[in-house]
Amino acid sequence: MSESNAPAISNPVEYIQHHLQNLSIGGQPEALVDFSVFFVDIFLVTVALAGVFAFVAYKVGQSLDPDKPTGMQNILEMIVEFVNQQVKDIFPSADQWVGPLAITIFVMVILMNAMDIIPVDLLPSLIAGIASIFGADPHHVYFKVVPTTNLDTTFALALMVFLLIMYYNIKSKGFAGYLMVFLTHPFAAETPWVKVILAPANIMMTIIEELAKPISMGLRLFGNMFAGELLFLLIALLGVGWAMPGQIVLGSVWAIFHIMVVLLQAYIFMLLTIIFLGIASQSSEDH
Amino acid sequence: MNVTATLFGQLIVFTVLIWFIKQYLWEPVITALEDRKTRVAEGLAAAEEGHKFEEQAQKQVEEELGAAKNQSAELIAQAQKRASEIVEKAKADATEEANRIKSAGEAELTMERSRATEELRSQVATLAISGAEKILGKEIDSNVHAKALAELAAKI
Repeated sequence: MSESNAPAISNPVEYIQHHLQNLSIGGQPEALVDFSVFFVDIFLVTVALAGVFAFVAYKVGQSLDPDKPTGMQNILEMIVEFVNQQVKDIFPSADQWVGPLAITIFVMVILMNAMDIIPVDLLPSLIAGIASIFGADPHHVYFKVVPTTNLDTTFALALMVFLLIMYYNIKSKGFAGYLMVFLTHPFAAETPWVKVILAPANIMMTIIEELAKPISMGLRLFGNMFAGELLFLLIALLGVGWAMPGQIVLGSVWAIFHIMVVLLQAYIFMLLTIIFLGIASQSSEDH
Repeated sequence: MNVTATLFGQLIVFTVLIWFIKQYLWEPVITALEDRKTRVAEGLAAAEEGHKFEEQAQKQVEEELGAAKNQSAELIAQAQKRASEIVEKAKADATEEANRIKSAGEAELTMERSRATEELRSQVATLAISGAEKILGKEIDSNVHAKALAELAAKI
């Protein structure tokens, strides 16, 4: 680790920039939205974590012991019960998909966030080492471990929720009813001509409101995790020399604190998903 | 810090995962939890029922025990009453018998006495007559002096 660190530490900016680069197909993105680029690293990590979760879930789900729950079954039962309780409390009329959606978001965000706890240089160095065996220049092998420090991941989740919000809105209010929400919300009026006057403002406000939901969700998770990752990188800048005890102490403290951030962000994301879907499922009379 | 095609990859991963989790974790676990809940509730209800049943049985036992006690006490009282009755009756019978025997004895005694008196009287009368005959030297006609003799005998 020190070998690959040594030149990077001497140039902190390069070290951090190196860590913020993705292993990608199609080069690095040119614009804010560039669909010609595909980040292999975060996708692979996400797939691996999803695979682990799916595998464990499958194993537990196939061998459920109703009388004597042990080990993993206890943990998963606890999580399922917890999520189910949240869904029941916030969104009582939820259909059968809200629970699985919420638990998948909750567990996956925890798992993806938890990749932040792994020492920042461990996996990238490992990948660089493996790549160098195959003749690649280790300094040009990029690997970003934490999927949630990437906008793609957080916006994928948020976009999913956004699409479901629209789906549940149309399902509960009908397409016309959903459009009426844009015209009559948040400023309601009794007389027709006031309604007409308020309509443009309502349309603007509701569009902003609806868009703000997924964007704030995606950015909140991304911002928290990105900041956490960046702090780990800054702490890692202390290197392996005389400042190493400082790195160990600071890194430990921040990692311990970060456990809370990891869980809290996952909880918030899950909770907001349920709340937004619950609001979307209210019939138009409730508004 | 860009949005790229990875977004769609992630979307597909999450969508598939949600379906998978629903199929293989959520539904079995929810079913198992519901199942357990029902069974626990059933078990508790059964325990409650058993408890109630036991209470009822206890009550019944107490009731029957009380009834038996009452009955036995009654029986004992009856027996005691009967025993005292028998004793009383025996006592009364004995007293009566004793009285009867006593009165019979008394009557016999009286009769005996009066008979003896009568005999004595007649003997006295006879004696008196014979005595008087001897004294007077002549026969006293008992028929003539019967009245005087009877008076004499009565005086004795």
